[in-house]
Amino acid sequence: MKNWIVIGATSAIAESVCRLWSTRGYNLFLVGRNADKLESVKQDYTVRGADTVFTHVLDIAQLDKHQACWEQAKAAMGRIDGIFIAHGTLPDQKRCEADFNHALTEININATSVLSFCTIAANEFETAGSGHIAVISSVAGDRGRQSNYVYGSAKGMVSLFLQGLRNRLFKRGVMVTTIKPGFVDSPMTADFEKGGPLWATPDQVAAGIVKSIDKNRGVVYLPWFWWGIMQVIKSIPEFIFKRLSL
Amino acid sequence: MPGVFLPQGNARSYGDSCMLHEGTVLSTRFMNRFIAFDGETGIIRCEAGVTLAEILSVVEPQGWFLAVTPGTKFATVGGAIANDVHGKNHHVEGTFGAHLTQFELLRTDGSVRLCSPTENAEWFAATIGGLGLTGLITWAEFKLKRVSNSAVNVENIKYQNLADFFALSQESEQDFEYTVAWVDCLASGDQLGRGHFSRANHARVTQPKPAPSQHTLTIPVDPPVSLVNSISLKAFNWLYYHRQREKRVTQTTHYDPFFYPLDHVQNWNRMYGPKGFLQYQCIVPMEHSEAAICELLRRIGRANYGSFLAVLKVFGDVPSPGLNSFPRPGTTLALDFPYKGAQTMQLFDQLDEVVVQAGGALYPAKDAHMKPQHFKRFYPNADQLESFRDPGINSSFWQRVMEPST
Repeated sequence: MKNWIVIGATSAIAESVCRLWSTRGYNLFLVGRNADKLESVKQDYTVRGADTVFTHVLDIAQLDKHQACWEQAKAAMGRIDGIFIAHGTLPDQKRCEADFNHALTEININATSVLSFCTIAANEFETAGSGHIAVISSVAGDRGRQSNYVYGSAKGMVSLFLQGLRNRLFKRGVMVTTIKPGFVDSPMTADFEKGGPLWATPDQVAAGIVKSIDKNRGVVYLPWFWWGIMQVIKSIPEFIFKRLSL
Repeated sequence: MPGVFLPQGNARSYGDSCMLHEGTVLSTRFMNRFIAFDGETGIIRCEAGVTLAEILSVVEPQGWFLAVTPGTKFATVGGAIANDVHGKNHHVEGTFGAHLTQFELLRTDGSVRLCSPTENAEWFAATIGGLGLTGLITWAEFKLKRVSNSAVNVENIKYQNLADFFALSQESEQDFEYTVAWVDCLASGDQLGRGHFSRANHARVTQPKPAPSQHTLTIPVDPPVSLVNSISLKAFNWLYYHRQREKRVTQTTHYDPFFYPLDHVQNWNRMYGPKGFLQYQCIVPMEHSEAAICELLRRIGRANYGSFLAVLKVFGDVPSPGLNSFPRPGTTLALDFPYKGAQTMQLFDQLDEVVVQAGGALYPAKDAHMKPQHFKRFYPNADQLESFRDPGINSSFWQRVMEPST
């Protein structure tokens, strides 16, 4: 039995992960914006076998409330074995180009707030000499592309930050897992035309996440073939890449 | 909300009752949360998009089982209510709807009704077997069944003809919770209706549970033509009938292969090729059962148009709570036919004559051809369901069978 904090607990991928963890009887501390939705997933995880489920309403953009949230989780569960950060938004790239304030809001949600929570968790786990930080980044963070480079650069920042954190915490026995999903058929991508072999379901991605965390993997592409796709995309020389409309 | 909608679960119905060609389908795919489960009383409450497979995965380890389950566990709770589905234990437990305690119905005007046998009882009855037309079922609560063991002790009996089938059915009704038969629909003459009769009960507490099969088969692509044709059908039916040498074989199996044999082969429907298949499932009242089933099998034989899976089962007299439920006392026959256009429709017309004459009915969940005039004979309460239908909801099936017949 383990005790995990889940940030963005009502997101589709987090929900699928929590369902799998529930069947193992984990204790879960769920953090999200919407109290009704949190209550609804809490009931679901309880029926599926979770031991005790706690909920905590928080707008992740309010960085000054992160520490209090962490303390509450600790008070509720006693020991914290891991934190799974799954929240995120998919910004409207065009709007971000026209309005930097909007871009900044999106960067704060997708990057800054993640870094803030990671910092709190890293310091605690470093002292404790154990713990696991698992964060959903994205393949979009591997290379900047004209169609979504604001989202991409936020995720790129998360990936690089985690890389550094992994390096820093390795000798203290703290695990850091960077999860890079490709296209996932979830409410976040509701506006996309879906279908075809590149699209995965939240359940498929969640199964990969749970396995990667069990195996203490560092960086994981989900589904696996995105590793190959991103190797190709990253290897295209910039003088060619800048001419492409990806 | 403008436009026309149709709630849809996992779209496992074989016909157009879960489809709407001009309008918007409301998928309940993401409405799949559990709400409450009481391990003492076996009452479970969940959102309508939860599949029966998910329910089993939660409740089976705690000694509970679905009181009624159809032949696929990929159906959703909402779909099971909307079609008031039945299973191999109809003669004991009745339909899925018979175990419902309550559900919530959301209409397109935004109104919400809690429906149970005592509250909004008329909406409760109209929605069970109501084909999703009365509104969107958001969540439902129903009773599970306590079982000594989820595994089943199955007795498989090879029988010679239709008379044997009815004798076996009657003999097994008392002592066996689950009964069903597979029919070799290519046999004729004095062997007409021969097949294998399966009867089963849940295993005893002390019996070890067989492990579920680890690997599933998949048909990865559509073959260019149907793999089910007169040659493969003859071979299959012959082999399947003769697969056991002994008259009687008893074994204990995991619940999956017994209740959900086709779920083991993912995308099994692809074996019918790009044109697919149609199912014909009818029920005929008990007093005409033997003659009517005989005639149906004869007509199928004459058309030289065999079926791969022909299933025969006697329903009991537990009343269905739905206003328009398919299950009723009698004998049900279900057959899958590779679709061959007009030839298939002609055969179905010939089968319809028998069903109508016997005072039987066809099953909307499996239907793609029922005539409006027949539908109203099969379902005398259809006009009542129409009055409960949400004006913002319709289905291709409903539009087809409710069009004024001239």
